[in-house]
This record gives sequence, structure tokens and C-alpha cells, in this order.
Amino acid sequence: MAEPVLALSDLAKSFGALKVTDDVSLDLRPGEVHALIGPNGAGKSTLIHQIAGSLRPDAGEIRFLGHDVGQLSVAKRARLGLARSFQVSSLLLDFSALRNVMLAVQARQGSSFNFWHPVMTDRELRDRAMAMLERVGLAGRAQVAVGALSHGERRRLEIAVALGLEPKAFLLDEPMAGMGPEGSKELTRFLDGLRQEAPILLIEHDMDAVFALADRISVLFYGRIIASGSPAEIRADAEVRKAYLGEPQ
Amino acid sequence: MTREFWINGVLALLLLAAPFIALAFGESFYVTLATRVAILALAAVGLNLALGLGGLVSFGHAAFFGIGGYAAGLLAAEGLASMPLIWLVGAVVAGLVALATGAVSLRTSGVYFIMITLAFAQMIYYFVISWPTLGGEDGLSLALRNEFPFVNTLKPLNFFLIAYGLLLLALFVFARLRASRFGAALEGARQNETRLASLGIEVFPVRLWAFVLSAMITSVAGALYADLNRFVSPSMLSWHMSGELIVIVLLGGVGRLFGPVAGAAVFVLLEFALGGLTERWQLFLGLILLGTVLFARGGLLALFAGKARHG
Repeated sequence: MAEPVLALSDLAKSFGALKVTDDVSLDLRPGEVHALIGPNGAGKSTLIHQIAGSLRPDAGEIRFLGHDVGQLSVAKRARLGLARSFQVSSLLLDFSALRNVMLAVQARQGSSFNFWHPVMTDRELRDRAMAMLERVGLAGRAQVAVGALSHGERRRLEIAVALGLEPKAFLLDEPMAGMGPEGSKELTRFLDGLRQEAPILLIEHDMDAVFALADRISVLFYGRIIASGSPAEIRADAEVRKAYLGEPQ
Repeated sequence: MTREFWINGVLALLLLAAPFIALAFGESFYVTLATRVAILALAAVGLNLALGLGGLVSFGHAAFFGIGGYAAGLLAAEGLASMPLIWLVGAVVAGLVALATGAVSLRTSGVYFIMITLAFAQMIYYFVISWPTLGGEDGLSLALRNEFPFVNTLKPLNFFLIAYGLLLLALFVFARLRASRFGAALEGARQNETRLASLGIEVFPVRLWAFVLSAMITSVAGALYADLNRFVSPSMLSWHMSGELIVIVLLGGVGRLFGPVAGAAVFVLLEFALGGLTERWQLFLGLILLGTVLFARGGLLALFAGKARHG
């Protein structure tokens, strides 16, 4: 089996007496979509925070591309190739869609200390950013300020920004959140192709999307992984059905 | 060309024309007034880099303004009366002080940042007034205005042109910085720090650089201010001065290229017009500032040129 891109082992985090992450081990292999599901409050977002670096785990190890990244800052992990999209869109509201992606491309090139050359006439930077916008179908809205984009457009821009980083792994925190059924279907198709570029750790409540995309599914329940396996296995798992999927279908 | 472009051009030309018109009518006092506008605008361009682009509300820029002023006073007393040399020394010292104080204060944000920059500036203020070599509370006076190669700086118009030239240069530098990759990162950090980190850009060094460059520009204005008054007063270092610079940026338009120019012009004209009527002219300034904040959030430039545009 191929070496995992991202591997968590025995990760633990408590807020006071509450164990929000309870001995979690999971990995992400090249070319796969690994979905993380669980009811609200199961600790999915806390886990994403720990992987991205905005929260420090109490114990356990996070390895990314063979490095132990547990003590690295958010920015350092991002520079290693970990791209994160946010559950609630987190974009630069005064900037246009294009400039949001251009900043990601600039960050990828690692050159934020050029004080003199105008970015808007930097053909290469612009073209790369435009290419990302085209992929998510926002090329026609490139010049619009983010503040004026619709919710669905902002969700797609989040993805374009992540693409601009040319990452080694995607951490997508509810990319479908608040999207209509049409938008979700479209995004599902798009993410399906994306796994070829980099594996995706997907947190999502939209079960149609999860079962359509995931190669593996892990179920988080009160901070613990109670099941992990192929979509078919998860669908058949009695404990999962009791905990999360509700009534047998 | 956008409307803001033309308004900027008109502002630049008006400020340039003012002293020539004044001299044509034999009113040389107004040349000094125009010079004051140019110098305060220059100081505010420096602040605008930190405050406008970076969102860093520095309540301590008087320190850098004062450092420039004291560089002019002290070097002149030593017989080193060349303006370019004074500007360089002042800017380097101000830059180093900004590097040290910024390294500490940029670990905080919001109200804490405002307070800590104020605290550093007040430390410098009290240090200066208690040190006799620096003139204490009396400040330093300059026997003659400092020199500039091939120019007689004693002529008010020549001195105005020097200040005006530096203002244009600072505006050019500001525009280039804003349009650069550095500017994009700095403005990005102002809008959403979390996003910048998740892109892999460390916010701290970007802000520290902005703070240092900002301080250097403001210090050059301080040196000119000392030369204009032929006097270095400790009040250049006091928190009132920091407040005035913030007011100028707010009045003109935060983050707008010519915001500091519009703000400084209005500030100096109000000070002159209302100051003649009452000593409490700042009451009216307060009312105008209140009006700006309530009804014209982006300052005068937003009022006349509309919302800022970002490619």
C-alpha cells in the first residue's frame, strides 16, 4: 500500500473534562477521498483545527509527507502543502475574486516580500489565478469584489483559492454547506476529479455527496472514531446506523 | 482613468499652485501654510501605510515624527546641516526604533496595539524632556534652516518645493508598495489574518516591515517640520501629535493614496481659519471628524471619489 500523505496517530485533545478528540488515528492516502462524518458536536471541526495547526493537540502525532508537523504554525503547514477550506467562507472581502486567488498563487510562489513590482501587471500570476477561477466556473466574476458575490460563488471561490496553493492534500470543511442541490451535485462532480491532483480529507453533512465521493469513510462520535471502512461497510455497520445514519433504510 | 485619479491630480496641482498664487499677491505667509500642509501630509502618508493598508492603528507615530525633528536639531548643532544626510540619519534611527517597538507591539492587536504604541511613544517623550542634551522641555532651536544642495532653503518657496517634492516621492512609493506583492499580503492581513496564515503567509514579518517603512517616512516629515519652524519642540513627540496624524488620515480617507493630502489640507485650513476666531478650534475639528466617521466613512476622498476599488 502506498505511503499515506497525512497520518494522525493517537491524537487527543480535551477542553476541561470534555474529550473532544479521543485517541483518533486516521490516514489519507494518495489519490483518495477520505470522508469524516459524524453528528454535530462530534469533534470534526476540532480535528480539522488540530490538523491545520490552529489548535495544539494534547497528545499524539500528526505526520504530513513524512514530517512531524505537530508543532508547526498554521502558515508553515500550509507552505508544506496542506490546503484548508473553511466551513464558513473565510475570504478577503475587499478584494476581487481574482485578487483572492492571486494572493494564494503568490503565497505558493513564496514571494510576498517584493515591494516594487505591481501584481496586476504580472501576467504569469494573473493567468494562473484566472485558470483556477475558470476551473470552478468563476472566470466571468473575476473582477467582482468578494463582498458582492453570492454564497454559492464564495463557496466555489474557497475551492479556487485552495487550488491556487497547488497543495499536496486538501482539507475541506463542509464545502457543500449552504449550497442548493444543483450546486452540490456540480461540486461533487468537480471534487471527484480533484482527487487525482491531491487526496482530500472531506468533512461533509451531505450524505449523497459523501457516499458518491468517498473511497473510505470514518465516523466520529463524541471524539472517537467508532467505524472506518468503505462506503458499503459503513452503510452496513449497525453501530453507525444507530449513532448517526438514523433508521435502517 | 477613474474619478479618484482626476481628484488626486487636482489636489496635487492645487497644493503646488497655492504658494505661487500667494506670492503673486504678496502674501508670503500662505507659502508657510502650504508647506505645513505638505509636511503634515507627508507624515500622514507614512502613517497611512501602517493604518490604511495594514489596519495597524498606531497611536505612537509622534515618536517617529519627533525622532526626525531631533535628528535635524542635533545634527545642525554639530554643524552637519545637510538635509539629505539629516533625513537619512533620522529615517534609519526611526526605522530601528520601529523595528524594536514593532517587534513587541505587533504581538498584540486591537486596543492593546493602540495602547502599547502609545506607551512606547510616551516613554520616548519623557526620556527626551528629561535629558538636558536634548533641550529638555525647551526643545532645540535651529539658528539657520538646514541646507539642500544647490538650493537656497531660506527662500520659503524653495523650501516648499523641497517638501512638496518629498511628498510626491512618498506618494509614489506608497502607490508602488500598495500595488506590489508585499502590499497584497499587507492588505490581506488587514482583511483576514486567519486566511493569510492558511495560505502560508506569516503575518508578523509583513506587518513589521510595513511598520518600519511607515516610521521612516514619518520621520522625514519630522525633520522638515523642524526646519520649517526652525525649532524642535518636545510637543512633536507627544500623544497629541499622534492623534493629529490619525485625524488627518481619517479625515482624508483611510488607505486612499491622496487621503493624507486632503486630510492635511483640511486640517491646516481649519486650524488657520478657526484658530483665528477661537482658541478652542479643535471643538469644530471634533465635530467635523464626528461627521466624517458617521456620514462619510471613507473620509473626504470617499465622499468625492466613491468607494475604493481593488482591481
